[in-house]
Amino acid sequence: MRGKCGLFFTSYPAEAQVFPSGFQKLMVGLFLLALAAAPLTLDAYLTSLMNLIFIAVIGAVSLNLLTGVCGQISLGHGAFLGVGAYAAGQCTLHGVPFVPAILAGGLVTALVGMVFGVPSLRLKGIYLAIATLAAQLVLEYAFLHGGALTGGAGGLLLAPPTILGFAFDDEFRQYYLLLGFAAAALPMVTNLMRTKYGRAFVSIRDFHLSAEIVGVNLFAYKLAAFGLSSFLAGVAGGLWGHYTGYISAEQFNIGLSISYLAMIIIGGLGSVIGSVFGAIFVTLLPELLNAVSNGLGAVFPDIAQHVVALREGVFGLVLILFLIFEPEGLAHRWRLVKAYWKLYPFAH
Amino acid sequence: MAYLDICDVTLTFKGIAALMGVSFTVEQGTIASLIGPNGAGKTSMLNCISGRYTPDGGASGPCRISLDGECLLSLPAHRRTGLGLSRTFQNIALFKGLSVLDNLMVGRHGKLEYGLLASILYRGKAVRQETLHRRRVEEVIDFLNLSPYRHQHAGRLPYGVRKRVELGRALAAEPKLILLDEPMAGMNLEETEDMARYILDIAEEWGVTVLLVEHDMGVVMDISDKVVVIDFGQKIAEGTPEEVQADAGVVAAYLGTENAAFTGR
Repeated sequence: MRGKCGLFFTSYPAEAQVFPSGFQKLMVGLFLLALAAAPLTLDAYLTSLMNLIFIAVIGAVSLNLLTGVCGQISLGHGAFLGVGAYAAGQCTLHGVPFVPAILAGGLVTALVGMVFGVPSLRLKGIYLAIATLAAQLVLEYAFLHGGALTGGAGGLLLAPPTILGFAFDDEFRQYYLLLGFAAAALPMVTNLMRTKYGRAFVSIRDFHLSAEIVGVNLFAYKLAAFGLSSFLAGVAGGLWGHYTGYISAEQFNIGLSISYLAMIIIGGLGSVIGSVFGAIFVTLLPELLNAVSNGLGAVFPDIAQHVVALREGVFGLVLILFLIFEPEGLAHRWRLVKAYWKLYPFAH
Repeated sequence: MAYLDICDVTLTFKGIAALMGVSFTVEQGTIASLIGPNGAGKTSMLNCISGRYTPDGGASGPCRISLDGECLLSLPAHRRTGLGLSRTFQNIALFKGLSVLDNLMVGRHGKLEYGLLASILYRGKAVRQETLHRRRVEEVIDFLNLSPYRHQHAGRLPYGVRKRVELGRALAAEPKLILLDEPMAGMNLEETEDMARYILDIAEEWGVTVLLVEHDMGVVMDISDKVVVIDFGQKIAEGTPEEVQADAGVVAAYLGTENAAFTGR
């Protein structure tokens, strides 16, 4: 590396890059290469975990766009994933190709999300949270009693996704499909956040009175936030439904909504990389608890049952600890680590 | 017709009258000050102009608030920026999570014309417009000496700088009329003098009409072309600083009169 004591820009577009330095670009490239090569070394089980993480990343970044960036709390995000799953599932069952079906699922979810976003013009904070909780319950009811559209309590059985005759019918093939969707979603949200839409969303979150004064149409932009966020949630839901091959109403209950909220709180509100960290953390936490209980099981034979029962409690405990000790989430910790290594080994 | 024409504005909240039939005008390119004791209705008047409050009667009847011949009352608050209106707030209302640069870029929100797709892909028009408007925002940054703080989050700045950023956000919209709600509140002498210089430059060099609400009488009397005094929601005087200072009603409103009944404890 050439020795430079800082990054200097001679044009505004150069400064506006997401990864301004050559080193960062190299690291991102290497990381993507490593991700592409990862299935060669992972077994089917670990690959399935990666697949769940990719889906969670899309879902978490979509909720972060709405709640973290625009400040509109949603407790109905799990149900929005469900809308996308059912809509995309119905499309593929009726012979629509996979990618258009996923996008159609996203569009349907965007419409549903915007309908449930209408109260946000009047309701803020905890009151909006309750209104979106109502959306969650209404949609859950609709999933269970949707007749042929949702398959009722029996759910829907879906074939594995097929693109141009190529079937993604095992974990390894699904891996590349889901990696592709996640790798497409993240730059889109990043771009959105550094242009006028993202700035308008943050202005609504930080001070809606002055946002209105600078010319942001509060209602239109809040609805846009609900629409964009729900679109991505619908895509995540559609991918999830086709990944598991089976959709049922219980998948999309309030617990899912809360675990997505947990992801963005643990990861860091309003941060794209935070959404990724949160999705990884919350997806792997149960696995970690399993590993701990299995490890302890050798010493204390009964402990496995207790740890399983404790899982929800540990989840809640982790959430509270994060709120107390790391309120800005893992994204903040990541920034501190980067700042530390930037100056290493000289602290000044 | 005057540039900013306030005509018979009344604002009541369930029987409490904040403004009662207030009328005044501001000529283009001048600095007008709106003064009065606490609770007189100064900020309520700014809120009526900027669209936070709607005066009684709303958009019906003859237009009560017009800017350059265009009626403001028929427009929602977020569309009034397009007519060249911007304002600052008494209590700092910056977007804490955005950098100073982004705060100013939000100030130009209405001028950025690209669609959602360009924004998501960050291609073509989005990049060109971001660069173009960044250049205009940099002019404001230079004018207000904000360059050391460009990339800092607004929430972490000292008070005096935040006040300047707020002025910058209003200026970034390239307003024709700027409403300043106590820009000198809580500032020391040096910061006050800087701010007064900025306000004079805004009016003289940028040609922006200024309507100022301020309690620092020294500043008000020094830089204003016109002073409007309101008390308990009613206009009690209007004129040049000298005329207003000589007005017996104004002195009474600020200092009381010798024979006023003692109504205290």
